[in-house]
Amino acid sequence: MAEHEEKHEVDEQTGTQTTGHEWDGIKELDTPMPRWWLWTFYATIVFSIGYVIYYPAIPLLEGSTMGISGQTNRLQLQQDMAVADAARRDLISMLAEQDLEDVAANPELVRFAEAGGASLFKVNCSQCHGSGAQGGPGYPNLNDDDWLWGGDLQAIYETIAHGVRNDEDDDARFSQMPAFGADGILERDEINAVAEHVLAISGQDHEAALAGQGAEIFMDQCTACHGESGMGEQDLGAPDLTDAISLYGNTRETIRAQIRQPKHGAMPPWLERLREANVKQLAIYVHSRGGGEEAAE
Amino acid sequence: MKFGTEVLLLAAATLLAFVAAGFASDDLFAAHAWVLFAVFALATVFMMRKVEFSTPGGAKVEADKSGYVDDVVRYGVIATLFWGVVGFLVGVIIAAQLAWPVLNIEPWFNFGRLRPLHTSAVIFAFGGNALICTSLYVVQRTSRARLFGEKAAWFVFWGYQLFIVLAATGYLLGITQSREYAEPEWYVDLWLTIVWVVYLIVFLGTIIKRKEPHIYVANWFFLAFIVTVAMLHIVNNLAIPVSLLGAKSYSAFAGVQDALTQWWYGHNAVGFFLTAGFLGMMYYFVPKQANRPVYSYRLSIVHFWSLIFLYIWAGPHHLHYTALPDWAQTLGMVFSIMLWMPSWGGMINGLMTLQGAWDKLRTDPVLRMFVISLAFYGMSTFEGPMMSIKTINSLSHYTDWTIGHVHSGALGWNGMITFGALYYLVPKLWNRERLYSLRLVNWHLWLATIGIVVYAAVMWVAGITQGLMWREYDDQGFLVNSFIETVSAIHPEYVMRMVGGLIYLTGALVMSYNIIRTIRGDVRDEAPMGGSVGTAPKIATAN
Repeated sequence: MAEHEEKHEVDEQTGTQTTGHEWDGIKELDTPMPRWWLWTFYATIVFSIGYVIYYPAIPLLEGSTMGISGQTNRLQLQQDMAVADAARRDLISMLAEQDLEDVAANPELVRFAEAGGASLFKVNCSQCHGSGAQGGPGYPNLNDDDWLWGGDLQAIYETIAHGVRNDEDDDARFSQMPAFGADGILERDEINAVAEHVLAISGQDHEAALAGQGAEIFMDQCTACHGESGMGEQDLGAPDLTDAISLYGNTRETIRAQIRQPKHGAMPPWLERLREANVKQLAIYVHSRGGGEEAAE
Repeated sequence: MKFGTEVLLLAAATLLAFVAAGFASDDLFAAHAWVLFAVFALATVFMMRKVEFSTPGGAKVEADKSGYVDDVVRYGVIATLFWGVVGFLVGVIIAAQLAWPVLNIEPWFNFGRLRPLHTSAVIFAFGGNALICTSLYVVQRTSRARLFGEKAAWFVFWGYQLFIVLAATGYLLGITQSREYAEPEWYVDLWLTIVWVVYLIVFLGTIIKRKEPHIYVANWFFLAFIVTVAMLHIVNNLAIPVSLLGAKSYSAFAGVQDALTQWWYGHNAVGFFLTAGFLGMMYYFVPKQANRPVYSYRLSIVHFWSLIFLYIWAGPHHLHYTALPDWAQTLGMVFSIMLWMPSWGGMINGLMTLQGAWDKLRTDPVLRMFVISLAFYGMSTFEGPMMSIKTINSLSHYTDWTIGHVHSGALGWNGMITFGALYYLVPKLWNRERLYSLRLVNWHLWLATIGIVVYAAVMWVAGITQGLMWREYDDQGFLVNSFIETVSAIHPEYVMRMVGGLIYLTGALVMSYNIIRTIRGDVRDEAPMGGSVGTAPKIATAN
């Protein structure tokens, strides 16, 4: 080869000829490319050509070559989903079509629904209710038996399906407690007295005299929803005030604040986002968490 | 009058910034204009103190025109050191924020704003300054020519620092385009474009006036880096500002085209900024430090052109399994796989340059640094093509594996080769006989290596844990884990990652101390490296 006819300086340590150039003392050896390097490079090119032939690769005016496999991401997903759906189709359609009572009577279906409900809960519900369904300030604990809107299967289903206080679903659960302080219905002293009464009926430390006054006001203002005993009314979403379990806190301060200007939580209607069978799965999962009640006869 | 023009220009810029602050159409732009005003005002005062009036008859001694322009390189070395420590420190802080969310301080110092500060400080401030100053040093020596345009080089240096300050303050204020590694808004992008074009002119001008017949391989890589980064930066930042006195702009692209443009840019920022540019560094400093000829000229030609040609197509592998059409994903993957050997060509040429000089590793910790750097380069340029394979990507993507991969490249390859270059440069630039302490270099080497290994290893574990948990189904085909469960599962790794970063930062602080002492002209009284042969312990002889 012509380039080798010219003899350049030979590096002593390696016995390799240099290229004859020098930059700031740096010389270059005329070592050939390592064979393993070159062959591996060729191998990756051959692999790539094969891959390009097998999979969609070359863009055309519309779309692209589909390759021998014709396999695309979307197709692959559809196929995987079809396989998964096929395995579950019977159970899903049974869930979608049967009444909750019939579902509850079928142990295989319940097991399937609980597993699916647990998974759906993690994706859709845990953001507010916590990954263990334990709730938090403003978000109900779903593991106990203290229910705002009812704890039997059908009631839980309705709450999940239509949600609470939202504009999207006409069947959403709805209730609103008056703002006794902000709207000027009660004076500050009266609110404090009622709060004392609530502390009393929930078995907490309270000032007896003040609570006595509060009991009278409670009879006038609160019993329509919360009942004379203060046990609440699930049809109205009025919480039980006697169990010291409160969405917005049990302290004197938080109870006063809730009477003065109540907070009202909201929940989206899940039937608009999930399928019928999914909402049933969630209802059965939530019902199974420990506080689920039998349907009233 | 020396510096008269500069003072006038800076004063005018100060005034313009003041006007921009006054007429700004939104608060964020006003805040940014005030930052600019403060920077220019300080610079004006600083330059005014340096103004010199020449008196007739009292002719100034002209600077030596035969030598190289090294002042700006010296400034670049200091800037590299400074921004490196800042970037690593912010990295440790955001690692701690991920492990303990309470450390997020609203609104300026939360993770979302500090994260781009970290990435930009390390890649563009630390890496960019390292590339600019070493390229200006190398191109002069390998071309045997003085820099083309000394004032232009100063403009590049200070203009680039201004870009960094504007980018960094913008992130903290909440000004962002939300494009990864291209977060600065349109006006900062325009400024960087001007600075970058001047940089290209300085570099290219020096090559053109070279006295060597051939262009050295390091300069091919530097030139590829400068030209391609200019192209990437301009195309990816094409945007329409809402107002010429407002911070917000909208991208010229929409939807998946926008995503692909961003990752074409993003991946080639890795390819041309962090790979080609730093290979330019490698091709000068490794043969100089080893005092050996480059292993193979032919390999350097073939791997240069194949690297340049293949890298630019690999970006779509960042968008596997997205709305990006399948054909683009396929091409992104196969070009990434073909990139494996061209990347390794640089490693082979670097490591094999040491043949006949391996013994120097025993006594030269700076050379060790280069070798470890090349080892990490080889590791991450194997890992990259591997992660671009779609089946592997479906596990690794969106997990901390990617973060680990980036850091083994950035801390291992880019960090270590820059440290080595700085250790090489400082004694030469400040005319010192040697570094303050070689033993401290060795300490830095091991701190940095252990830091990287801890960081990368825990991110592998964390990433694969995440990937497996995300895709875990039970026997009935339902997902097993919620997202938050996958987050709490990797909390220990997050803590370990911060520890790894802290060790690496400690190494950088040791380097800073060593370099500052070297610049001051101190020499530590210490036993030579690898000198234990002659100092066998004395054996007490019983009599």
